[in-house]
Amino acid sequence: MAVLRTLLYLVVYPGLVFLFVYSTFAEWFDRKVYARLQNRMGPTHTGRSGLLQPIADFVKLLCKEDVVPEAADKTLFNLLPIFGLAVVATAGLLLPVWNFSLAASSPASFAGDIIVVLYLLSLPTLILFLAAWSSTNLFSTIGGARVLTMLFGYEVPLFLAVLSPAILANSWRLAEIAAFYQRRPVLILANLLGFVIAVIAVQAKLERTPFDIPHAETEIVGGTLTEYSGKKLALFRLMADVEMVVASGLLAAVFLGGFPGGALLGFVYFVVKTLFVIFLLSLLRAMTSRIRVDQVVSMAWRYLAPLAVLQLLIVILLKGFLS
Amino acid sequence: MKFQVPIGPQHPALKEPISLRMTFEGEVITDADIRLGYNHRGIEKLAEQKTWIQNIYLTERICGICSHSHTSCYVQGVEKLMELEPPRRGLYLRYLVAELERVHSHLLWLGVAGHEAGFDSFFMYTWRDREVVMDLLETISGNRVHYAINTIGGVRRDIDEQQKAKILEGVVTLRERSEYYFRIGASEPSFVGRLAGVGKLPKERAIALCAVGPTTRASGVGIDVRKEDPYAVYDELDFEVPVSDSCDVLGRVVVRVKELLESYKMIEQMIRKLPDGPVAVKAPRRAKPNEVVSRYEAPRGENIHYIKSAGGDKPERLKVRAPTLGNYPATVEMLKNGFIADIPLIFAAIDPCICCAERTVTLVSARTGEETVVTMSDLRRRAKARDSQASLKRNAVWPF
Repeated sequence: MAVLRTLLYLVVYPGLVFLFVYSTFAEWFDRKVYARLQNRMGPTHTGRSGLLQPIADFVKLLCKEDVVPEAADKTLFNLLPIFGLAVVATAGLLLPVWNFSLAASSPASFAGDIIVVLYLLSLPTLILFLAAWSSTNLFSTIGGARVLTMLFGYEVPLFLAVLSPAILANSWRLAEIAAFYQRRPVLILANLLGFVIAVIAVQAKLERTPFDIPHAETEIVGGTLTEYSGKKLALFRLMADVEMVVASGLLAAVFLGGFPGGALLGFVYFVVKTLFVIFLLSLLRAMTSRIRVDQVVSMAWRYLAPLAVLQLLIVILLKGFLS
Repeated sequence: MKFQVPIGPQHPALKEPISLRMTFEGEVITDADIRLGYNHRGIEKLAEQKTWIQNIYLTERICGICSHSHTSCYVQGVEKLMELEPPRRGLYLRYLVAELERVHSHLLWLGVAGHEAGFDSFFMYTWRDREVVMDLLETISGNRVHYAINTIGGVRRDIDEQQKAKILEGVVTLRERSEYYFRIGASEPSFVGRLAGVGKLPKERAIALCAVGPTTRASGVGIDVRKEDPYAVYDELDFEVPVSDSCDVLGRVVVRVKELLESYKMIEQMIRKLPDGPVAVKAPRRAKPNEVVSRYEAPRGENIHYIKSAGGDKPERLKVRAPTLGNYPATVEMLKNGFIADIPLIFAAIDPCICCAERTVTLVSARTGEETVVTMSDLRRRAKARDSQASLKRNAVWPF
């Protein structure tokens, strides 16, 4: 029975099937919001209000011809999409929406899981770099170099911003951090600055405008994914969607007070709060223009990192004041 | 690490085929080379085989955006050759369409600039508002792109009071929207951060490299044929030539938006001052032997047509100098020492119309890089020889 439950946990809910369905929904939401902000319609045709469009796109890509370049490192090139999807889906399992029970520490909820989620969310960046490098295309190589350059910019502010609420809650376990802020909702306001930094850093991590530099089509064609096509491209796109869901779930758990109320109500909170974060991400995407890669690094170190340190300082002072 | 990247002939940033061979060190451009000839259509040769009237419709097809610029430039020249005096009303209508075309071209360019900078919202908004001016052009001429309103000796269609009112109404909306874009273009931090200081072209270099149009005006040189050598109705209109001293892509955006506002002013003046009378006079079929140079300020810069007549019903020679061709040397200068990320912006900032500027095809050997000039008959002979010597015979059969 336990084996069956674990299997269901991994494959159906909250594993692959659920993440697939929800991330395609999130993509639809993002596309629709982005389109409406730009005075467009967005997807309308497939399914009611185009709800099935991301799934249709996924299936279409699965059916497309899959080309592997002659000069590419074939093993890496073939394995990386699967590896990337596995990594972000694993990160999804650790969110406190399905491990809300505080008493029992399970394989999916333990002290330090916030670090594991952050680590798993860093891996796709490296995977994209390796994918770009192994495909040996000139545009991919430039894209891969940009992926890594950007990583040096946003990663530190993101870590500082996400860990400061954890310091205030005095726990490194997502479920406990969420429970702490549910007990004392006023303290959420103390992390507002950190939330803004984290949203910007997550936008950079997801490589969306203004940080879509690694795949800036007007400069370097497809960038990191120039040589990818067919199934592999479909998996990479799914990876990006799942990453968006997991990252927004992480921000919701840490900054927005988590998902109280057990399995059902908690799930409703999860949907509402992640969609709120995705809405902010879409807003940022619609309002800005792509910046240069050197501007990302200088902005991150000139503004984001000092502000993240300031947030840390606020949290430490507040903690001393409260105790 | 030094490496070469081919931007084009096929690349998402380019709407038409052209090859930019860039040499980079890291993210910095050290050398740039522009190669033309992927879109050559032999229009100048074709013009020698068509009559004066037929050529209007040919020159219209030189460019898909400033189609009216080329016909107006051509028609102006032919009228000078034929010693025709078009009626005032006809001239007013011709340049009314010209200014509306400038508005549509600049709005289109603003959107393209936004897209190249990765600011897609700006692109969507400007192109939505461009529909207003496209509709106005359609009410005047019946067409959205190739208006076909010019004829030798005037224009082909008149407008009535209702259309006048509609144009004035449309201009009010457009002015409001353009002022909004001016605010966005000059204040949105990520957009300004991308454009400011990019693609520097100092004033003296702009003059030395013979750049034209908004590119020069953004480098602080206020040249504009409409002001310097006013043709037809422009000496009767009150307008200014916007100039910017910033010498970068941001300056080119500012100049173009300000030009939009000047065009609205001109459109309103032309509608109010529109004289009564006929719109065209009858043109003779032949022109006396002579030659003429016609200048016209197209949205992208100065457009020059050189027309030579041998006395027949066809031109002896039609030479088109499209504004984009004048801007290429300056583009190479602007690209140097820029970043990879700036290439599409710098290149788009001259508002390139690649097919306008195609005059030749170069034959380059893929193995040695050697360039040769061959005659058409030689090229045909070589193609046949290659086909007969090919090791693999392709039995392509036309399916119908």
